[in-house]
Amino acid sequence: MSLIFSAKRFFTLIAAMVILTPTYAFHPGEPIPEEEFEVGEMIMHHISDAHEWHLWGGHHNSVSVYLPIILVDGGLKTFSSKHFYHGTPKKAVVDSLGKTVEYIVGSGPAAGYAMFEEEIYKLKDGELQFSKMEKKDGNEKLVYTEFPVNASALDFSITKNVLSLFMGAVLVLLIMGSVARFYKKNGPVAPKGLAKYLEVLIVMVRDDIAKANIHHHKYQKYVPYLLTIFFFIFINNLLGLVPFLPGGANLTGNITVTLFLAVATLLVTLFSGNRNYWGHIFAMPGVPWPVLIILIPIEIVGIFTKPFALMVRLFANMTAGHIIVLALISIIFINQSEAWGMLSVPMALFISVLELLVAFLQAFLFCMLSALFIGAAVEEAHH
Amino acid sequence: MGLITPDLGLLFWTGLVFVLLLVILTKFIWKPILASVNAREQKISDALELAEKTKAEMHALQAANENLLKEARAERDAIVKDAKETAVKMVEDAKNTAKAEANKIVESARATINTEKTAAIAELKTQVAAISLEIAEKIIRGELSSDEKQKALAEKMAGDINLN
Repeated sequence: MSLIFSAKRFFTLIAAMVILTPTYAFHPGEPIPEEEFEVGEMIMHHISDAHEWHLWGGHHNSVSVYLPIILVDGGLKTFSSKHFYHGTPKKAVVDSLGKTVEYIVGSGPAAGYAMFEEEIYKLKDGELQFSKMEKKDGNEKLVYTEFPVNASALDFSITKNVLSLFMGAVLVLLIMGSVARFYKKNGPVAPKGLAKYLEVLIVMVRDDIAKANIHHHKYQKYVPYLLTIFFFIFINNLLGLVPFLPGGANLTGNITVTLFLAVATLLVTLFSGNRNYWGHIFAMPGVPWPVLIILIPIEIVGIFTKPFALMVRLFANMTAGHIIVLALISIIFINQSEAWGMLSVPMALFISVLELLVAFLQAFLFCMLSALFIGAAVEEAHH
Repeated sequence: MGLITPDLGLLFWTGLVFVLLLVILTKFIWKPILASVNAREQKISDALELAEKTKAEMHALQAANENLLKEARAERDAIVKDAKETAVKMVEDAKNTAKAEANKIVESARATINTEKTAAIAELKTQVAAISLEIAEKIIRGELSSDEKQKALAEKMAGDINLN
């Protein structure tokens, strides 16, 4: 009870931080230049992480929530990301043909840093360098780089994805807390309300995922992990489908998040592995030793390919879903005609509904495969 | 930030949030939920088992009842049969007794009649004897009223004796 209360307070605190900080990058009077609509750029912007939460509006009259930036660079530095978004834009040449890119030099507390494609770098001689001297065949040669060669700052900012992560976690706690409270209050009775719907999923994870894949004497230990991973992915998948705050961040389609989840499953698998599991990797029973020379490396690679597939599957599925919806909506803007909405909106709606299914399916798959790997690691020899 | 380059800051926050979530959910939320769900499942399976057992018990009870009823019916039949037999026997006995009594009464009556008869006969005999005597006296008187007659009689008698 007190946990839920404090969780609510925490959520209120975060909400207050977010609501009180926004300042609008609205500059009336400035002429709005007609810019060509770049589909790729727009989509990449939407599925990538950012230091602001863009609400609405275009380049020069956009309304955003500026999120706090936390840098570890000779001590902790925290300031609002508005010092970057309101900073001074600068251009840099990135190839021998003279193509330029734009980056922003921070102002105020952000002085000394610059942001290029949402990555924060330390300035050197007041600018970012996209070229370096490289020795080749004895003589030095200028080589252009895709990203700045400047040292990047250790960035622990509360980015869009991190905020979305917090909100997702609080949502999971609130929902599951209310279910837990129902059972605490009523004891073992038939579920009602929220518990009625969530119990189906909880029992599914316990019976169809954990019990079905892990030996029935050992599965109980892994149920909390599998439940957490299932609801974490499921809720965040759904949150990502909401097109406005508190949704819209592509959290479960972010490679960092899926990497972490895959590593978590890998660690659980490795620490649960028994003699039989390691035996099958380093000394497959009934296999002559010359074959083992080939087999052992394959098995070792196999340990890592399984979570790697988990990581890529979730990342690709969720990112692809976001890209398709955005691309379909973009049809209207590419053709610059509302009439295309007759085609694009129903299609986007269809894909969005499909994404609801995918949101569940990917959470289920991740959880199912995690259980399968754990099950294989704790399986006892039966021959 | 490349699409497929992991980001250290996000990795840190993800790890922190996920581990906290795992700990809090496991300790305060999954435990009571799973405990309740398990307890309820146990309760339901217990109840089902009990129902099954009760059903079997009912079945056994019904069979026992059936047996009891059958026994009772057989007993009743036996009692009725017994009672009938007893009644028949009682009637028979009564009849026999009555017959015997009647016989006895008849016998007694017969005996009384015989006695009376004997008595009557004896009386009659006595009276007949008396009357005979009287008649004989009278006759004798008449016969003996004169000497001649007396003589004739004696002769006659003597003749009779001779005849005999």
